[in-house]
Amino acid sequence: MNKIGTVIRVGIADLNTVRAPDTIRTLGLGSCVGIVIYDEKKQVAGLAHILLPDSTATRQKPVNAYKYADTAIPYLVERLLQMGAKHSALQAKIAGGAEMFKFGSGSDLLRIGRRNVEATLGGLEKLKIPVIAKDVGGNIGRTIEFNPSTSELNIRKVNREEIVI
Amino acid sequence: MKYRDLSTFQLDVLREVGNIGAGNAVTALSQLLNRKIEMTIPSVNVVSFDEMMELIGGPEKKVVAILFRIYGDAPSNVFFVLSVEEAELLIRTMTNNPTYKLKEDIGKESIEFSALEEVGNIVTGSYISALSDFTHLYLQPSVPHLGIDMAAAVLTYGLIDISQASDYAIVIDSKVNSQGTSNMLKGNFFLLPNPDSLQIIFKALGLEENE
Repeated sequence: MNKIGTVIRVGIADLNTVRAPDTIRTLGLGSCVGIVIYDEKKQVAGLAHILLPDSTATRQKPVNAYKYADTAIPYLVERLLQMGAKHSALQAKIAGGAEMFKFGSGSDLLRIGRRNVEATLGGLEKLKIPVIAKDVGGNIGRTIEFNPSTSELNIRKVNREEIVI
Repeated sequence: MKYRDLSTFQLDVLREVGNIGAGNAVTALSQLLNRKIEMTIPSVNVVSFDEMMELIGGPEKKVVAILFRIYGDAPSNVFFVLSVEEAELLIRTMTNNPTYKLKEDIGKESIEFSALEEVGNIVTGSYISALSDFTHLYLQPSVPHLGIDMAAAVLTYGLIDISQASDYAIVIDSKVNSQGTSNMLKGNFFLLPNPDSLQIIFKALGLEENE
């Protein structure tokens, strides 16, 4: 039976999970990173749209776990395991982490995109989740949509061809 | 200080801050383009990050944003946001080239983008100096940073500081527009004070602390 899936939307500093045939999407990633973790066999996936690399520097209490790479990844994994995914089957695809503005040296915003990517890769490695594909960096915004039925990540950019990783 | 707890009076004060800044900016823009520019009364909104993107047409709307970081007594971020068409119109007026197409220039370094940055510099500079005069605070703007892309991709840079401490931003949004004959020019100023700066601005204006 073919069912037409709905699209689950994930906001900024937000995360959610999805089961085939639904798909999951987040819009306008700049320096933020979209982290997709999925179980290909079970056809479940989760997407986090993180804004910052590291929750330990925050002054906010309680910490919003969805906002940081280091907290969003373990949380997302836990949600997926609850949905029946197997930890050893989990894989990841990531996109984003661009530098949208050119800041001079000494700016605290320098390389925020790259720091987000590094923190994401570090967080995934810690949980032994292999990164199957990534489209990161550059100076361009990205809208991404993941389809757990095919494990394909569609990436749309302004004035560019849509790509699939 | 929690954004959600701001009183009506405090929000009014911030509206006035936006009003004074934009009023000055409009004068500068008007002189620069030699045409009449109008402004609306600024809106002050406490919004989630997603809601902020909706203020300018959604996270995927293509925008031209000129970002200034403000250093000094009350660190903040200021965006001057234009649609691509508006930015193109501004460049055409500035460079006296009525056929200029901005789309073809995206991703390149061009004299036209420099012109646009300079407009942003003059206009936003007058916005910030008005704030500085009004509050007697020392506010030092950075050089302009130009970004052309999806709204969410560029505007989240203004949220990096704020998001260290909050899931909401206070957006003081002033719209300017020139009701010309055929080509109307519209722009938005977004003033995003860092969480600690809000208290400093209130104090500078003689408001009692009421946490």
